[in-house]
Amino acid sequence: MSGITPELVAEHGLSADEYGRILELLGRAPSLVELGVFSVMWSEHCSYKSTRVHLRRLPTKAPWVIQGPGENAGVVDIGDGDAAVFKMESHNHPSFIEPYQGAATGVGGIMRDVFTMGARPIAMLNALRFGAPQHPKTRHLLSGVVAGIGGYGNCMGVPTVGGEVNFHRSYNGNILVNAMCVGLARADKIFLSAAKGAGNPVVYIGSKTGRDGIHGATMASAEFGEDAQEKRPTVQVGDPFTEKLLLEACLELMETDAIIAIQDMGAAGLTSSSAEMADKGGSGIDLDLDKVPQREAEMTAYEMMLSESQERMLAVLKPGREKQAEAIFKKWELDFAVIGVTTPTDRLVVRHRGQVVADLPVGALSNAAPLYERPFERRPATSGVPAYDRNRPLGDCLLHLLGSPDLCARRWIWEQYDHTVMNDTVQRPGGDAAVVRVHASQKALAMTTDVTPRYCFADPFEGGKQAVAEACRNLSAVGARPLAATDNLNFGNPQKPEIMWQIVAAIDGIAEACRVLDCPIVSGNCSLYNETNGEGILPTPTIGAIGLIGDVQRMASLAFKREGDALLLLGHTRGHLGQSIFLREIEGREEGAVPPVDLVAERDHGGFVRGLIEAGLVDTCHDVGDGGLLVAVSEMALAGDIGVVLAPTKGGDGPAAGSVDDVAFWFGEDQGRYLLSVPADQAGEVLAEARRRRLPCWRIGEVCGDHLVLGGTKLSLEQLRAVHEGWFPAYMGQGELPPVN
Amino acid sequence: MVPSMRAAVIVFPASNCDRDAASALEGLTGQKPQMVWHQQSELPAGIDLVVLPGGFSYGDYLRTGAMAAHSSVMAAVRAHADRGGAVLGICNGFQVLTETRMLPGVLMRNAALKFVCHMTELVVSESQSAFTRKYSAGQHVSFPVAHGEGNYYADEATLDRLEGEGRVAFRYAPGHNCNGSTRDIAGILSEKRNVLGLMPHPERVCDPLLGGTDGRALFQSLIETLG
Repeated sequence: MSGITPELVAEHGLSADEYGRILELLGRAPSLVELGVFSVMWSEHCSYKSTRVHLRRLPTKAPWVIQGPGENAGVVDIGDGDAAVFKMESHNHPSFIEPYQGAATGVGGIMRDVFTMGARPIAMLNALRFGAPQHPKTRHLLSGVVAGIGGYGNCMGVPTVGGEVNFHRSYNGNILVNAMCVGLARADKIFLSAAKGAGNPVVYIGSKTGRDGIHGATMASAEFGEDAQEKRPTVQVGDPFTEKLLLEACLELMETDAIIAIQDMGAAGLTSSSAEMADKGGSGIDLDLDKVPQREAEMTAYEMMLSESQERMLAVLKPGREKQAEAIFKKWELDFAVIGVTTPTDRLVVRHRGQVVADLPVGALSNAAPLYERPFERRPATSGVPAYDRNRPLGDCLLHLLGSPDLCARRWIWEQYDHTVMNDTVQRPGGDAAVVRVHASQKALAMTTDVTPRYCFADPFEGGKQAVAEACRNLSAVGARPLAATDNLNFGNPQKPEIMWQIVAAIDGIAEACRVLDCPIVSGNCSLYNETNGEGILPTPTIGAIGLIGDVQRMASLAFKREGDALLLLGHTRGHLGQSIFLREIEGREEGAVPPVDLVAERDHGGFVRGLIEAGLVDTCHDVGDGGLLVAVSEMALAGDIGVVLAPTKGGDGPAAGSVDDVAFWFGEDQGRYLLSVPADQAGEVLAEARRRRLPCWRIGEVCGDHLVLGGTKLSLEQLRAVHEGWFPAYMGQGELPPVN
Repeated sequence: MVPSMRAAVIVFPASNCDRDAASALEGLTGQKPQMVWHQQSELPAGIDLVVLPGGFSYGDYLRTGAMAAHSSVMAAVRAHADRGGAVLGICNGFQVLTETRMLPGVLMRNAALKFVCHMTELVVSESQSAFTRKYSAGQHVSFPVAHGEGNYYADEATLDRLEGEGRVAFRYAPGHNCNGSTRDIAGILSEKRNVLGLMPHPERVCDPLLGGTDGRALFQSLIETLG
């Protein structure tokens, strides 16, 4: 009946084995619509077929976790009946093809994931990776992505408060755009996607369905070749105005008790939303496509089922509540249509123009989806201590690093995002973590995204640990207790054993860190096949984490606040330069062992810092990350516009363990370290408390003046600021691309 | 004394600073302002101040504020202003006010063609108004901006007249003109001085936790005048 040829199967991204399995499950050949449905439901993007067996190893539970992975977003209890709802998701492939719309619809999609759970989005973050600055496409992609994120988020009126940006040649042909949304809901008003019960109306809400984005999920599950630009028609076009209406209308509907289940139509649109809702609810769904609001004439069933038109939701209502719901959507001038009904079967039945065009067992689309234990090939981690010039002048190195693409100020980016709308942003972009107050309360949520892809490439296990550890450190540095995380796992082609090894080892590293740091994974997304012409990206398992600040008056920020403060360093410094930014930017090499992450030390140091902040003893804190100690100190000085005189004790009683030379001490990327600036008369108390807890903590300087002084090195804040703030505007200006440095 | 100023905040479908304006007003007056939906053709009775909040009104895909200028509620807002009632248009609200011609000039795309969001330093140019009486002329204040189209333009004659009549309420301080506005104009008054439009956001600086309290005096001026 169907004329499904092997070529057609291949075009749908299904292997011959997978197609054989479909024949077996159905006992017949699928129709074209059915083939389309299988192709998206069984795509890597929707089915997680290469990663599901490994994702099971992630810890997902804690007493405060209300909803773990498997729903549209994760939910954690933040006390007083409030819940935080959050998730991060990638929009990598579309953003490379069409940066503005790709990034914009990434923002829109993750917001829908959050408000479909009943939460009002309160903050957005973005983890972005671009190719080498010198690559001819980088500047265009960066400016398009930033404009797209701003264009969508600013219109939505949700502040974009944080994120991260890296440059590396491995992303030249495959940038990463990972968007995270955090929302607030009442803990007893969380909406899920299980379409329970039979005879309930299935309603379509939001924008009309058009021919855009057909097969986006399939595209996101394959590598790019030279023809990447030809895939433009698979990119969706965003309309933030409609999304704003959809947000307000959904939240208004959620105030009633009309909803049984609701889910956004994201990747694979109507297909995945209906199949997943039926699957979770243990019911069947009958859809009549003639009732679907359509933007274009003569759309086929195939096109409607696979369209990824944006700003659409599918909901199952209690019978008889259609009029009430319709009135709300009319008010917001959105389309509303009853397009189906839940059934007591286990089948997804799709009708169009009086014909049944698909009739599939729901389980075949979900549980029976392929599950692969793909072979992996363990690669030894890089090792050894790299050679470097120990006599490099510290001041020159610092200036070079502060003005390097990965360490310079990101103001050019975040000033294009409205980061203060909603009047709750108490810590803006540029710090360790953004802090957003829980509206009309004294509580606040801290949030951050972190991963160090070069560590993950060198040693995926340690790199996975480090991503979680750094995220938790950033939360602790503002005084927030880490609650939970979302993971956005960006990797290359999982069918290559060396890539699969990166995936397996990184997940193990993440899992171990999450366990020790008591920070479960509650939601996530995998983006595989991030390769162009066979070149994979650096493995990039981005971690988005949130933490709770009980009293927003007791938090810390990185800016120096008072002249005369003592500057304290918590954590050992052994001078790890392997895989450091120093080594890459100054020595021009990417080698050596990554800094190991001592998770117990991370836990203890984080707890100590949070305790000091909660007790009101510390209001100035910064984690020591990329670039090492001297970069971190400079960031504190620049943020507070106060200088610092550094004079750590040398020798056995000092912070430098063993025979660490100056270059390694100041630019090494040892983990688990924090800088604290405390009033001089309280420094003794803090140091004594650290001693009592047997934690390594030293006084390394004094906050004063308008210079950074270190022995014979003296740099004015003006000089530091010029290089730190200068790179981005110069790069994004109209001039020639900067020379390779 | 309990201030008795009665305020209304207009809500267009994509207003997004309506809650911020409402909470700033509530914080200073102790009363929740009335939220007025864009399809209403009348304002609630007894309103002293109408706030047109920031946001994207109807998506602003045409020109910012262009569609909003033709909404039902704007006819009522205009009538309120014609009666001498106070109207405060912030950001998108300012754009709506120029589109309705309740204020002269236009707001074009920022000179750098990028959205800008940061704190900015303003000079209060005119303290003789219901909106600015609690400031002193020449005072420097810090408000945030967050807009893509705040580049104020009017012809020379209009600009001369605005300046001559003391209707430039706020200017960007030297070095802080973030959008290319002519004569550094950040906010202007109507001829009868009962309508103020400004691009920066006073409602975002009424709480020390959010980075300052310089916006309070604007609302306190209104409370003192209208209360």
